[in-house]
Amino acid sequence: MQKRRTLSVLVEDVPGVLAKVAGLFARRAFNIHSLAVGPSEVHGLSRITVVVYADAELLEQITKQLNKLINVIKIIELEPGSSVQREHLLIKVRADASARLQVTQAVELFRAKIVDVSTDSLTVEATGAADKLDALLSVLEPFGVREIVRSGTLAISRGAKSMSEKVLAEKPIK
Amino acid sequence: MLTTTTADRRLYGPGRSVAPETVTGSQAIIRSLEELGVTDVFGIPGGTILPTYDPLMDSQQLNHILVRHEQGAGHAAEGYAMVTGKVGVCFATSGPGATNLVTALADAHMDSVPMVAITGQVNASVIGTDAFQEADIVGIATPITKHTFLVTDPDEIPRVMAEAFHIASSGRPGPVLVDITKSAQTAQTAFSWPPKIGLTGYKPVTRGHAKQVREAAKLIAAASKPVFYVGGGLIKAEAAEEFTALAEAVGAPVVNTLMARGAFPDSHRLNVGMPGMHGSVSAVAALQQADLLITLGARFDDRVTGQLDSFAPEAKVIHADIDPAEISKNRYADVPIVGSLKEIIPELKTAVEEAFTKLQRPDLGSWWQRLSRLVETYPLGWTAPEDGAIAPQKVIQKIGQASGPEAVYVAGVGQHQMWAAQFVGYERPRQWLNSGGLGTMGYSVPAAMGAAVGNPDRTVWAIDGDGCFQMTNQELATCAINNIPIKVAVINNSSLGMVRQWQTLFYESRYSNTDLNTALNPSGEEIVRIPDFVKLAEAYGCVGLRCERDEDIDAVIAQALEINDRPVVIDFVVSRDSMVWPMVPAGVSNSDIQVARNLTPDFDEED
Repeated sequence: MQKRRTLSVLVEDVPGVLAKVAGLFARRAFNIHSLAVGPSEVHGLSRITVVVYADAELLEQITKQLNKLINVIKIIELEPGSSVQREHLLIKVRADASARLQVTQAVELFRAKIVDVSTDSLTVEATGAADKLDALLSVLEPFGVREIVRSGTLAISRGAKSMSEKVLAEKPIK
Repeated sequence: MLTTTTADRRLYGPGRSVAPETVTGSQAIIRSLEELGVTDVFGIPGGTILPTYDPLMDSQQLNHILVRHEQGAGHAAEGYAMVTGKVGVCFATSGPGATNLVTALADAHMDSVPMVAITGQVNASVIGTDAFQEADIVGIATPITKHTFLVTDPDEIPRVMAEAFHIASSGRPGPVLVDITKSAQTAQTAFSWPPKIGLTGYKPVTRGHAKQVREAAKLIAAASKPVFYVGGGLIKAEAAEEFTALAEAVGAPVVNTLMARGAFPDSHRLNVGMPGMHGSVSAVAALQQADLLITLGARFDDRVTGQLDSFAPEAKVIHADIDPAEISKNRYADVPIVGSLKEIIPELKTAVEEAFTKLQRPDLGSWWQRLSRLVETYPLGWTAPEDGAIAPQKVIQKIGQASGPEAVYVAGVGQHQMWAAQFVGYERPRQWLNSGGLGTMGYSVPAAMGAAVGNPDRTVWAIDGDGCFQMTNQELATCAINNIPIKVAVINNSSLGMVRQWQTLFYESRYSNTDLNTALNPSGEEIVRIPDFVKLAEAYGCVGLRCERDEDIDAVIAQALEINDRPVVIDFVVSRDSMVWPMVPAGVSNSDIQVARNLTPDFDEED
């Protein structure tokens, strides 16, 4: 069954690694829904969060093909129930004097923040799961949306365990 | 779930050590190659690799062969690797030099050939400025290699070189590209050996999971129609001998794919042939009717399975492969085993013998009866051409008979390749080289050159087509000058034969752009030889021979076999109308295999 899957991929932080990961998705005709990349808790390792729509078989193939990339160190699937998943949204919405109060109320309702103000617009920052941000967007849309910037999903497992724990204790090649 | 057990963590090369010394990056490249045990390199210098060609000149260990086109260097490195099992090495400069390697890299990637390509790159300070002869070869090569490196810091050279050879040669072998900037080559660095190598994310599994091996043995003991489906992985794993012991212990029929020709002797009583689009009826039927596929180092390629949904419909599948991503990629594996066949096969043999004692040895009598009938009823063969010209199959068969299994046979791609797979007898691994996955026309001459460098004491035949031969024959110059006496049999049907065959079968004999005029004009009435292959051979310092009559075939082959101081090219002018049979048309079920045009074998006839 096709469903939304979140993969956390630990990679070596070397030039071209993102191109290798993204290129693999393109070449194998796997569709990326979103992708976010940044440094991890270990120096020299980056963490990529990829969201794909795939059934179990396709997900297995994606995981195995990713594992073949030399710079990929570890891959885990993060289930929605046992992980925290967040996106970041910046939105510039039309808000002249007459609409400003309504926009401000909507922003408060979603626990979003106003981060920039001008005479006829507000810039709103929000963090949350994808469906929460979608809801915020649909509330703000009637006022007139001028610009949207949205990050890929970031995800982390719940509990004390760390993804990088075991991977660095491997025997060296001699 | 695939479980990791032991991983291959040995460094490539003889394992010497060298105390730190100050050298240039270029010297570090040459020193690294020496410490990695490399003896032969194929390449062409140019602007950005020039610094490295200077210390190369002083190396006592490295024999560099100057080719005429970088694609030739790439295929030569492949041919060298395929006959020796060692990593093949080639050099090229940046930009066009590097892009000319692309086809060979893709070819090596598809056929899992261990190879390291070292390319020069423009100075680090001008990368990204569209500098003269700049190309992003790392970007270009990434999807068609096992791995790529870009080196801008000379201190990284020994480590990267060691990592490149480790990656190329371990696990599922493949090509690795090392792109090194000119600035890194000219800068000073400290060289020492061995380097400390990382590769945290690279752990090929070699040891098969014991429980899976026992599961596989149970399935084998329960099967009444099992078949061994073995691929090129068996040769890469150097496990042919172990496999023969396993096959004999089980007593099941064996089909070996195009890439596995020679992995299991053709003369062995258990061998029922090559499967696939141009496989033998018995081999195709064995897969289609089996209740168990024991798949070893093969990958369910579409040229083997035909229409996937109707492939081996009743069979359970055991799939052993070093690459976990091949498991259940095309066909679901009931019992997956990830690891090296070298380790898995002996374990499987022990497990099977135990299972046979504990349960019972299955009776394969009626299965063999059925397959033996197909082997006898539908042997490979050909009909004499109606135009009275030489049958190409006959030429190839006679070459095989005259040179025997100790020779090496290297094909191009097309009809002649299929006939070479069908009509030469293969008895040993690394006797047969071809471009199986990518299907690269032009592979034959340069790969044969590399094979002859790797196996200088063997007769090496390039069995080529007139189309393929025109793509890379410039390497005849390299062969002649470097005393690499390959023998080239050009199976000259004056056309792009396989495409022409498809046009005959599927396009109402409308021959769009398949006439090459290398023996006959398009109407087939007038002799036109553009080029004249005999003159071409002579122009390149080779011996050129021509054979146009059936009765001359033996004598011409004998003459070629006597010449060992120069390359020989034989222009065998053959019929244009000969076709490759059997055939499973693309996208059709294997059960609809045709032994000749519109003739389907009778699978179910009872004796």
